[in-house]
Amino acid sequence: MTPPFEIRELIRQLDEVGSKSLPLVALAGAAVGVVISLEARHSLTRFGAKSLFPATLVYSVVQVMGPIITGLVVSGRVGAGIGAELASMKVTEQIDAIEASAINPYRFLAATRILACILMLPLLTLAADACGLMSGWFAQSMVEPLSFHQFIESGFHGATFNAFLPPTFKTAVYGLIIGLIACFQGMRTRGGAEGVGRAATNSVVLASLFVILADVVLVKFILVVFP
Amino acid sequence: MTQRNSPADGGATSVPVVSVENVRKTFESHMVLNGISISVSRGETLAVLGRSGTGKSVLLRLIIGLETPDSGSVRIHGQDIAGLTLDRMGEIRKKMGFLFQHAALYDSLTVAQNVAFPIEHHRREMASSEQRDRVRSLLAEVGMEHDLEKMPSDISGGMQKRVGLARALALEPQILLLDEPTAGLDPISSGEINDLILKLQREHQMASIVVTHDMHSARTIADRLSLLDQGNVVIEGKFEDLQQSDIEFVKEFLKQS
Repeated sequence: MTPPFEIRELIRQLDEVGSKSLPLVALAGAAVGVVISLEARHSLTRFGAKSLFPATLVYSVVQVMGPIITGLVVSGRVGAGIGAELASMKVTEQIDAIEASAINPYRFLAATRILACILMLPLLTLAADACGLMSGWFAQSMVEPLSFHQFIESGFHGATFNAFLPPTFKTAVYGLIIGLIACFQGMRTRGGAEGVGRAATNSVVLASLFVILADVVLVKFILVVFP
Repeated sequence: MTQRNSPADGGATSVPVVSVENVRKTFESHMVLNGISISVSRGETLAVLGRSGTGKSVLLRLIIGLETPDSGSVRIHGQDIAGLTLDRMGEIRKKMGFLFQHAALYDSLTVAQNVAFPIEHHRREMASSEQRDRVRSLLAEVGMEHDLEKMPSDISGGMQKRVGLARALALEPQILLLDEPTAGLDPISSGEINDLILKLQREHQMASIVVTHDMHSARTIADRLSLLDQGNVVIEGKFEDLQQSDIEFVKEFLKQS
């Protein structure tokens, strides 16, 4: 990352990955919050554990659904975007032109995009979590009035940083996976429009699949390291 | 049409700036270059001609290190570029300018930003105002000074080639590699590009290799012509040497050109 030029490209990518994914991630997070709220309320009422609703919603959103939904949404939007952009640059010889200009395309194109994914995924996850909790509380309060203060106090009662920080920051690994796969698929493309399409599809499919597989490993890892 | 001076008239020296020796290159099972050898000295222009698929563009890509030869050597200023790290190769590439067949302009950047791209990277000691002046002067040199803010998609193929040429000249290269500079252009645009290449050659005294199908363009801009067939040089010399050749392939190629 040689300043100042790669820094400028990194900032451009942070905007591309972060700000431009925010509305989608926020909407997905909000939708998940409502779904969990409706399902949890129904199940908890059946088992006479309605008082556990706030904690169930908080833990479900922050530990489980927020990170994975963010990972999958970003896999789709950013994975396809990076894969198609780099593939298009590859087939039109723009990447060769960068290399012929004595600029390392891996440092300039790949490193900046991968780093942007790593840095933005945890922040986007926080946004998805916040939207999920807000919408979940809103859905609950439409059925049965519950103040937001009461909901938060009850939901986070007894919670530690260990319960919330590792699930949020594990998404940096998702960012690494999404960035690596999309850059690899894009930069190794061959052929014309067909190659670009294939790179975009492979980026989304592989990134989504590896994000889910990584979640399996990371959940176990977090449970062992942060009991 | 401008006539070019022979390197013997202009300050060309006989020391090869680019030297390709016995290079072979195969893609999968297809032999593209079969022991080819060429060299170019400072101030000299070599035109590489041949049918499609005879490895002309691959030869340029080997010289700038975008491909690696299966065997043989490519030397730039006497240094074999085989096995160099990306950073070391980058130092050598700073002395080279490459015009791609389809210009390969960065489609997300304006005309001015395309030309500024290598300057911003490698001329960091220059103030922003100096960099802007340099970009303007390069684009003025290729007659594109009024299209600074246009996107590559908004200009014609000939204009894209001009911008590509300006970008290739951005770092004041000692070696200029041109891949089909007049391909797909109308005769007037081709003539303008040829004149431009001649003017730049006279002013900058670079060692140039031009890959082309266009015999008229090759005659206009090159000191020597090299005709390739089946991955190797069939004949090399001045246009008159090609005309006097008894080789059937050479006669056929000249007849069809």
